[in-house]
Amino acid sequence: MKKIINEPSAVVDEMIKGMVFAYDGLIERLPETNVIHRTHSHNGKVGLVSGGGSGHEPSHAGFVGKGMLSAAVCGEVFTSPTPDQILEAIKVSDEGNGVFMIVKNYSGDIMNFEMAKDLADMEDISVDFVVVDDDIAVEDSTYTAGKRGIAGTVLVHKILGAAAEEGASLTEIKTLADKLVPAIKSIGVALTPATNPEVGKPGFDIGDDEIEFGVGIHGEPGYRREKLQPSKDLAAELVHQLKKEFQWSADEEYALLINGMGATPLMEQFVFTNDVHQLLAQDELALSFKKVGDYMTSIDMAGLSVTLVKLEDPKWLAYLNAPVTTISW
Amino acid sequence: MLSIENVNTWMNLFSEQLLEKKTYLSELDTAIGDGDHGNNLARGAAALKEKLADNEYETLTDLLKDIGMVFVSKIGGASGPLYGSAFISMAKASKENEELDLAGLLEAGLDGIQKRGKAVAGEKTMVDEWIPVVDAVKENSLTPEVIEEAVAKTEQMKATKGRASYLGDRSIGHLDPGAMSSSYLFKTMIEAGVYDG
Repeated sequence: MKKIINEPSAVVDEMIKGMVFAYDGLIERLPETNVIHRTHSHNGKVGLVSGGGSGHEPSHAGFVGKGMLSAAVCGEVFTSPTPDQILEAIKVSDEGNGVFMIVKNYSGDIMNFEMAKDLADMEDISVDFVVVDDDIAVEDSTYTAGKRGIAGTVLVHKILGAAAEEGASLTEIKTLADKLVPAIKSIGVALTPATNPEVGKPGFDIGDDEIEFGVGIHGEPGYRREKLQPSKDLAAELVHQLKKEFQWSADEEYALLINGMGATPLMEQFVFTNDVHQLLAQDELALSFKKVGDYMTSIDMAGLSVTLVKLEDPKWLAYLNAPVTTISW
Repeated sequence: MLSIENVNTWMNLFSEQLLEKKTYLSELDTAIGDGDHGNNLARGAAALKEKLADNEYETLTDLLKDIGMVFVSKIGGASGPLYGSAFISMAKASKENEELDLAGLLEAGLDGIQKRGKAVAGEKTMVDEWIPVVDAVKENSLTPEVIEEAVAKTEQMKATKGRASYLGDRSIGHLDPGAMSSSYLFKTMIEAGVYDG
């Protein structure tokens, strides 16, 4: 393992310290916790909380700020944060009109966020939440924990964040979230595994000349392993999978997010973006919103994911374009 | 017999066992999960030892509740809420019925795990360790062999809950890390004399 760290067990704490030092004025750490919250006051609007295991930076703390999240809870690396910490994030985000939580679909995250909601109920704070499950690599079956939450989660932060900023109520945000999440689909490809600093070894084995389609952001197995191939072939496979799910037709309006997994240079991300563009242009999709970069990483995994949102409501595009003040949007 | 002293001893033994087996548990988890089970439980174990050393308990309920809260707040992941819910449910059950025996207590713990994790028997989870153990305690027939056999059986199961479920058939042939850590819980329960069948 070759990493710029000190004690592996201190990585999350030291990362938070560095982050709040670099972006003071924008974010603060809640004392004695791993909760990062915005300094900006929200003036009685609904608070938005997300979080999860660390290792996906800039998710989620990079999206704390005006127009997006009120607070983010940083768990240990690839480990859900605990209910007491989530409760603190809820409390700091509540301005009297309740708090909405955005949770990625992992067993641990759901259990911890649900427990936090139970604790908040006891303190009379209204809390509701949505579970994001945008990864189409896994079938939504009763034989697995279901589809995973990956890069599409960032777009949920953005759209719900803009709605909250506009003054939407907790009920309105819940309704929006329940309509939005099924319209978001993502799929990725990995070239190399991530190494969790606390484990010290790569999360899975893969040959130097191999890639795996559908790998999750914690190295969960994908759906097929093949030899390394040109960017346009990778794009063709991922777009094919998305097309199968969406069943799109010409002129439909979509938002596109190309997301780097941590160790894939922007140069390669843009090469790949160009290939995705060609394919989607052939099908005459209207891509009214585009974004490329590292948004939901998997430590040092090399790879990419593609996310598409079917813009069923014109408001969603306005929400995506609304201005924010965050570290990483 | 259940007592504040032997539950305290039990938890100290369990914590030591978790710290000792940290790497092994994480290795089991690397094969079918995300490789953090040992590290997460070790963090909980270290915090639990400290908590127990710093506090005196008047009632079993308070002790069980504190154990649960340490697990919930220090472990994280899925194991934190699962082990935490087990002990918090035991604390509640012991408050409702001060005469509750070990079988009743463990049954409440299992119920807490199943409510939180929604797992049933045969899904390759810690529940597959808890069910046979709770049954054996009820029948007064718990032995280390019963505990070990239950873990061994998870090897041939296919995971349908948690992160291992994404492996489908490929999860077969691996022991379940949660069942393994629960086996340490029950072995140390015998060692501490909490179970004296």
